[in-house]
Amino acid sequence: MGDHHHGPAKGLSRWLFTTNHKDIGTMYLWFSFAMFILGGAFAMIIRAELFQPGLQLVEPAFFNQMTTMHGLVMVFGAIMPSFVGLANWLIPMMIGAPDMALPRMNNWSFWILPPTFLLLASTLFMEGGAPAAGWTFYAPLSTTYAAPSVTYFIFCVHVLGLSSIMGSINIIATVMNMRAPGMTYMKMPLFVWTWLITAFLLVAVMPVLAGAVTMMLMDVHFGTSFFSAAGGGDPVLFQHVFWFFGHPEVYIIILPAFGVVSQIIPAFSRKPLFGYDSMVYATASIAFLSFIVWAHHMFTVGMPVAGELFFMYATMLIAVPTGVKVFNWVTTMWRGSLSFETPMLFSIGFLVLFTIGGFTGLMLSIAPADFQYHDSYFVVAHFHYVMVAGAVFSMSAAVYFWLPKWCGRMYNETMGKTHFWISFIGFNLAFFPQHFVGLAGMPRRIPDYALQFADFNMMSSIGAFIYGLSQILFLYNVIATIVAGKRVSEPKVWDGAEGLEWTIPTPAPYHTFEVPPAVK
Amino acid sequence: MKLSNNPAIDTATKLVAVAVMMFAFVFVVMVPLYNVLCDALGINGKTSGEAYTSVQAAVDESRLVSIQFVATNNEGMPWEFGPTVSVMKVHPGAVNDTVFHARNPLARDMVGQAIPSVSPSRAAAYFHKTECFCFNQQPLAAGAEAELPLQYIVDQDLPADIHTITLSYTIFDVTDMTRGAVANR
Repeated sequence: MGDHHHGPAKGLSRWLFTTNHKDIGTMYLWFSFAMFILGGAFAMIIRAELFQPGLQLVEPAFFNQMTTMHGLVMVFGAIMPSFVGLANWLIPMMIGAPDMALPRMNNWSFWILPPTFLLLASTLFMEGGAPAAGWTFYAPLSTTYAAPSVTYFIFCVHVLGLSSIMGSINIIATVMNMRAPGMTYMKMPLFVWTWLITAFLLVAVMPVLAGAVTMMLMDVHFGTSFFSAAGGGDPVLFQHVFWFFGHPEVYIIILPAFGVVSQIIPAFSRKPLFGYDSMVYATASIAFLSFIVWAHHMFTVGMPVAGELFFMYATMLIAVPTGVKVFNWVTTMWRGSLSFETPMLFSIGFLVLFTIGGFTGLMLSIAPADFQYHDSYFVVAHFHYVMVAGAVFSMSAAVYFWLPKWCGRMYNETMGKTHFWISFIGFNLAFFPQHFVGLAGMPRRIPDYALQFADFNMMSSIGAFIYGLSQILFLYNVIATIVAGKRVSEPKVWDGAEGLEWTIPTPAPYHTFEVPPAVK
Repeated sequence: MKLSNNPAIDTATKLVAVAVMMFAFVFVVMVPLYNVLCDALGINGKTSGEAYTSVQAAVDESRLVSIQFVATNNEGMPWEFGPTVSVMKVHPGAVNDTVFHARNPLARDMVGQAIPSVSPSRAAAYFHKTECFCFNQQPLAAGAEAELPLQYIVDQDLPADIHTITLSYTIFDVTDMTRGAVANR
């Protein structure tokens, strides 16, 4: 049987050939942070151009490449891999498993990502530039009118889909087969639950995205006309297929974030999570509803009234399970013995700002009103409140919460809190005014705008720069913690934290739970 | 059903099957279903691509409906293309004829394809074309002109609140497609 307790291999081959869930989780997290910086750099170019009306810094064509690449890199490169990394680190430790169920596939699903994003980034230097049709790459912008680099883009999407599907299959196989004895489904930590449901969503819809880009590929190169009216196809079909993937996709991004705050808020309220069962059912309901609401992204394409009404009501229905979750988090805090360390600050920030994003979502779900909001900056403000203040804030919370467990060193609390407050102020300064300019009629994805939007756009840009810079502080804090943070050794780093991951030594050893723990 | 003795491999195999099925679902279900729904419900103002055959005798002379014709050139299509009459007032049930005019001003042979759309889209299911140039591709030699015939019937069951129907044609350059050549990139 050999040596069970060997440490990691040395050098580069440790990382290339590792099948250890903690190593792979670490690589996912660092990779996603690198992509966060890259996507952030694209955002800074966008905001710099929009600092003043008129064209100052970049050509409109390049501006379109920036909005497109920003969206693609942030969604597929930063947010999704960051939560997969978190899942790799935490799910085995939370369910008492020694590793992921399919460790070699785990290695693959990570290592196909970096070359893919290298390829995607390289399209910026190709003739005609990078894809510029927006992250939603509607046909015919992404087919008839696309730069030649669209073929590379399609290949990248295929590989990203493959990576996500492999990662999800691994997570489902782990959760279904590797739980410690006594760890029934309804005893699993909520982070595990949300990821299990997310993984099912991914397996169901990533192939749909692959189908959409395959049709694009065939239209561009093989003379088919799926999306071309001239040959009997229909560009609106693309939107239906894309959003059939795209709407579950936004829950794929936010459900793991729900899981994270459901772990953190009880820990710093020193109370068990309120309404655990309803949280599970609410998550499952949201996942189900995500499949029947896609056309609310395209109210303006010309649907029968019955269709508009169905998608409007189905969308509004999502507010019910989401409301259950928000109230459960608030009730968990109610009369708790609260303390406000950095992870808790980010979780409360998440709670407040995500709720605002949810409300603007509800506004957008009203079909007749959506005709005004559609494709305006209001939409941009809405989805940044749920994507950034939702997913990214919860990710920051997660890193502060579990980093001491991972590396056995405590981060600098003052610096962490500073990071939170600068992020919070910068984020709101950047995105709150976008509601106003959107309602006043500023369209999204334009490099220049009417003069009356100048002041709000300048505020927005300043906020974006502040938010961007605050992430450098975050990076510094994490590195400083890993290199020279104050050592912590008690298994329970946070006194209120519950769960199997807090029963193992700190820092988490390379191999954990080789003997399954007993779960009461 | 057990596909493997290793339970994790078993789960993974089933999930791979789900992923493959979802990929097939796009092509086998979503695309055909979309086309069927558009035809059946007139979504997007799509009209049938087939000639309408079951002509009914009863003409509703108590009612007049305005039929407007609109023609648009898709980007890069240089043909002169338009209706010879822009508005017709017709009785539901009656058979009506009109002609569109097209000219290829270039010094090369081309093939065009007109794509129809009816507005309001609710009317699409009640607008029957018994003969239309849009059923076929239209080849035009360099500098040639053509009269493109259209014959249609407005259904007697057209909802009473619809008084005007707009039939819009967009003409596309499909010369490259018909040559079997790959699109011009």
